[in-house]
Amino acid sequence: MRELKILAIVIFFTAVTYWGVEPYAHSQMHPHVAPADFRFKEMEPLHVNGNADNGKALVEANCLSCHGIESVGYAAPMSSEDAASAYGVVPPDLSHAGVIYAKNYLAGFLKDPVGATKLSHKFNDAKPYAMPSFAFLSDQEIADVVAYLQNIVATKPSDKAVFEEACGRCHSMKYDAWNAKTPSAAMKNYLGAEAPDLSMMIRSKKAEYLNTFINEPLKMVEGIAMPRVGLSEASQSQVIAYMQNVGDRKKAERERLGLKLIGFMAIFTLIAYLWKVSIWKRAA
Amino acid sequence: MAQIKKAEGFIDWLDQRLAVKAFMRVMMSEYWIPKNINFLWAMGVVLIALFAVLLVTGLLLLMYYKPDVNLAFDSVNYTIMQEVEYGWLWRHMHGVAASATFLIIYIHLFTAIYYGSYKKGREMIWLTGMVLFVAFSAEAFSGYMLPWGQMSYWAAQVITNLFSGIPVIGDEVVIWIRGDYVVADATLTRFFMLHVVLLPLVILAVIAVHFYSLRFPHVNNQDSVELDFEAEAQKYKEGRIKESRVVPFWPVFLSKDFFVVGFFMTFFFFLVCYHFDFAMDPINFEPANSMKTPAHIYPEWYFLWNYEVLRGFFFDIGGIAAMDIGLIAFVFANVVFFLLPFLDRNAMNTAPAHKRPAFFVWFWLLIVDMIVLTVYGKLPPTGVNAWVGFFAAVLFLGLFIALPILTKWEAKKGEKA
Repeated sequence: MRELKILAIVIFFTAVTYWGVEPYAHSQMHPHVAPADFRFKEMEPLHVNGNADNGKALVEANCLSCHGIESVGYAAPMSSEDAASAYGVVPPDLSHAGVIYAKNYLAGFLKDPVGATKLSHKFNDAKPYAMPSFAFLSDQEIADVVAYLQNIVATKPSDKAVFEEACGRCHSMKYDAWNAKTPSAAMKNYLGAEAPDLSMMIRSKKAEYLNTFINEPLKMVEGIAMPRVGLSEASQSQVIAYMQNVGDRKKAERERLGLKLIGFMAIFTLIAYLWKVSIWKRAA
Repeated sequence: MAQIKKAEGFIDWLDQRLAVKAFMRVMMSEYWIPKNINFLWAMGVVLIALFAVLLVTGLLLLMYYKPDVNLAFDSVNYTIMQEVEYGWLWRHMHGVAASATFLIIYIHLFTAIYYGSYKKGREMIWLTGMVLFVAFSAEAFSGYMLPWGQMSYWAAQVITNLFSGIPVIGDEVVIWIRGDYVVADATLTRFFMLHVVLLPLVILAVIAVHFYSLRFPHVNNQDSVELDFEAEAQKYKEGRIKESRVVPFWPVFLSKDFFVVGFFMTFFFFLVCYHFDFAMDPINFEPANSMKTPAHIYPEWYFLWNYEVLRGFFFDIGGIAAMDIGLIAFVFANVVFFLLPFLDRNAMNTAPAHKRPAFFVWFWLLIVDMIVLTVYGKLPPTGVNAWVGFFAAVLFLGLFIALPILTKWEAKKGEKA
């Protein structure tokens, strides 16, 4: 009984200390923010249905001078190096844009790219954003463009493909041999900061934080250069799954082995206990 | 020269040359431990088990680690964590065992304080134990630098900078420690040397002295009764086992320790595989970047109370700069535990704290205060947090200033009674 009382006291003070330095301290260091919003509801949704055929003509007329759509045979108009020096950053290929980005976000982005990406602290009239505003298009035309982009996606892109299109223009993933399409010197010039390598980001930031952060970086870090890229909920979870797969590759092995190690020690403890009881029966 | 005869077997052959039987008697089967102890007396053996884990996993990690600022981070996080078979396991065990070692050291240390095991002939055990605490602290600090993550770099920057508080030569000392004007490759390489060679050698040597210093005053017991170990051992050897108040280290004492070690290691492996963030801070999985100061810089949890004593003094008092007061308090906090046997002026009273009402209050105030310091050492030092830290730091200093007075008063009261 006495031993259990002492054990309870030790556990109590250990638990209080743990609670104070881990959950409590971290809740104080990272104040709570609103959860991720995948509907991007501050942007006015379109109230018209798009026509993919009209969209095709609009895309050909307005987008292809900068963007490629490799899945339908439009190659990127410039090499990555030339594009980076011409625009500051390599423009994305639009093959999967229709599913990678949330529909509402895509429409809002076409109308007001700087507002949608939340980069007004980086770009203005003196330093214009590489993507021009298409606010001169009507709502119907914007809906047509979005409908076309959604229409051309034949197969669901892999986790890695989503990462490459959505993140890989600026970020490297060196533990999976991926180099950012935009050279890091160009990145620094473009956004005022180098984009970090994301290999270990899943361990340093954790999935829960990344889910809110990727959805709206500026909400989490004041003045950050990373744009809001407007991933849909499904594609964002693909990105996080990919980061998990690269940065914490042994997670499954760790969780499997954990049970065996705990089981082994539990059996050891049981045998040790029986041995102890048999020895102390004679001694005490 | 001993009489060497034809050996009756391998043990006898060894015994004639190395006296292994006598050695085993002295170290194991006739090393007498009091019976009236509780599981807190197993913490020493738990620490040995953890140290063995650290040593073995450390050797395995050493085969792939690269002490170079350009290679260190990837050698840990890619080569060891992803490419080497079970490399992640050795790293997780190493990191969690380091943290767990400090938890057990603190339990071990407060057990010694509670049961008065630091005085009346046991001063050398206490002092060598404190040397071990300091050596383990240096070992942990140098080890934390090796993965070359953000907190490796910034903790090193902040902690090495503390030495600039030394009067006159401070700035030169900082450069001497770092081997450069800032924390850089030279710093990493020398802390690597400390972590894998010099400090482990010191720790091994001091552990030996710590054990040796235990043999003469003997292990204390939970009622702090004085035992005549020779008489009690005699009873045991004569077969009056139940009557004897001592048991041999092997197998009786260790049988209980094995159980406690097993119980603890079961929990340990749960932490290693499922709950390791407390010991392997996520922020250190971000590569060191001298251009990007983290929003919050804090040491590992086991240094937080100490860090808060330093940080608690955040305003100038009587014309002395806050930083200087903090540094003086910090040095005081690091030295004062060494002095405990001499600050206790009631040296002959070794009763456990619950039989010494004033000391009992002092003990639990110290525990609560150190937990408050630990928690507030991690919280951002703003607003009311800064003041809680200040008062907790003042209370910490006050407790040790009050100890001689309190124990002297207790001794006087004891004489009268």
